[in-house]
Amino acid sequence: MFAALSMIVASMAVFGLAHAKEDPINLFIQPGYFMAPETLAALKAKWGLDKPLVLQYLTWAGNMLRGDLGDSVQQQRPVTKIVGEKWGATAQLAIVAWIFGTITGVPLGIVSALKRGSPTDYFARGFALFGQSLPAFWVGLVGIWIFAVYLGWLPVFGRGSGLPFFEQAKHYVLPVLVLGWGPMAGYMRITRSAMLEVLDSEYIKLARAKGVSNRVVVWKHALRNALIQPLTIATLLLAGFMDGAVLVEVIFAWPGVGRVAVEAVNQNDFMLITGTVFIFTALYLVMSLVADLLYTIVDPRIRYA
Amino acid sequence: MIGHTESTEATPQTVQLRLRKVPRTSWRFLRRWPVVPVVVIVLLATFALFAPLIAPFDPNDQNLRRSLARPMWYSEYYQTDPIGQRLETRHILGADKFGRDVFSRVVYGTRVSLAVAIIAMASGTILGAWAGITTGFYGGLFDELMTRFVDVWNALPFLLIALVVSITVGQGVIIMMVLLIMLTWVGLVRNVRAEVLSLKTRDYVLAARVAGASDIRLMYRHILPGVSNLLLVLASLRVGGLILTEASLSFLGVGIPSRIPSWGQMISDGRDTLDEAWWISFFPGLGIFLTVMSMNFLGDWIRDRTDPRLRQLSD
Repeated sequence: MFAALSMIVASMAVFGLAHAKEDPINLFIQPGYFMAPETLAALKAKWGLDKPLVLQYLTWAGNMLRGDLGDSVQQQRPVTKIVGEKWGATAQLAIVAWIFGTITGVPLGIVSALKRGSPTDYFARGFALFGQSLPAFWVGLVGIWIFAVYLGWLPVFGRGSGLPFFEQAKHYVLPVLVLGWGPMAGYMRITRSAMLEVLDSEYIKLARAKGVSNRVVVWKHALRNALIQPLTIATLLLAGFMDGAVLVEVIFAWPGVGRVAVEAVNQNDFMLITGTVFIFTALYLVMSLVADLLYTIVDPRIRYA
Repeated sequence: MIGHTESTEATPQTVQLRLRKVPRTSWRFLRRWPVVPVVVIVLLATFALFAPLIAPFDPNDQNLRRSLARPMWYSEYYQTDPIGQRLETRHILGADKFGRDVFSRVVYGTRVSLAVAIIAMASGTILGAWAGITTGFYGGLFDELMTRFVDVWNALPFLLIALVVSITVGQGVIIMMVLLIMLTWVGLVRNVRAEVLSLKTRDYVLAARVAGASDIRLMYRHILPGVSNLLLVLASLRVGGLILTEASLSFLGVGIPSRIPSWGQMISDGRDTLDEAWWISFFPGLGIFLTVMSMNFLGDWIRDRTDPRLRQLSD
């Protein structure tokens, strides 16, 4: 329900933007190119551009619903096809970065909460603060400059498909670090504060008073309750991934959807950019739905009607 | 302690004692007051306000003879290199591909970054405060609709929406600000609304209502001061993120138009020549980093100072 509503608002926003400036037919035509009147008429009919605004929107939304996101003006191919080709690369990068962020951020948060005030804690917090203050695209460039150009340890750009596994893995190191740092910082901060709060609660004190060993208190009593918070923030972090993926793909020339979107902007390819926006939004909504469901499994106190 | 009480004249011994305390007291001072962030922000504000006086070159002045000139500390370049020798003035942080002075551009870039972020933050905060107070105070259908809208808005990928805007509406400083305002205000509504919901049932508000205060007066004389703390904390915590967003958009070439020097765009300019001229991209990025870091530190400090209860708002 909520997801459907979001999609409708998103589509209206994009539709409104398309009509903000001038005759929307210009968005379908490549500037400076001649288009046969018949083709033009066919395009107009397909997108309902000769009808009133409400009908135009309905035609447009109908086409979208049927999975027809239009043709890319520049490449003269269906948008769904172009995005479909690039999809795997983005998903792979995002998943690897997400795993990296989780397996480093959450344990770091736990450790820094358990050893509050220790050098480890300060180090972890500083690391997180850097992750939230450094511009990702700049970290990427500096990383390329140090590790690829100056030291020559890692490849400069691309995905390295077709290479043996180890060589290919090298291509992932920098993009994953850059994309994963921000979410990692987020995970770390949230886990730390949740863990501190739980460790301070009455039932932990009771467990300790009963003589439960430290290990069991931390792993069984505290951790299970503290992990709820990082799970809730997972959806917020996903939004960060979407935005981050665009930047990281541009810097590392990663052949994914984000780069397609930026190229589409540079080439004034309206249909292609709207198509990618839709797919990203839909994906985000699906992910947040999954996160909501997971949330009820992890925390039985919450029940959705 | 001995140094303070025993003698007013400084014998070598007391001086030594006092000196021994200097590291510890200054460390304590640094931890208590946000000295470093304030220094950085004041420095940046000076850069922004007096840019024409500080910058040694015109930021858009192109001169191909100076193309990729090195920063001033490469002394052998300026003494022995055939190109370096011909340059009359050294470039403090080098020059870019078109021979534009990097330092001057960084100084002018401060202007755009700070102006856009602060104006967007201020307007976004006002708008968010209005929306939050109104929805929280009245409730009902308007509240329902607004909350839904905020949820939906948060679900949209902002960067991609910004790309669509740049292609259909165009680019410009004003458009950039409007986009950032749209990003800012929705983030405030929920927090402000929750606070207003608890404030409006307080005794002092009820008393004012009984005394005959109008809705407007209740909202802006009695409730607004109660949330002003929260607004200040949220605004100071999020201004850093706004600067980052603005830089990201400019980096992608859809933010600030290219005739105005901006940090994000400078980083993007230096990408092609990264292997021979690292300074073009490096210093603007350092500027962004220092600004955002100081803003975040200052935000944390304000939060802890005004109300430690707000700790959860860190993100």
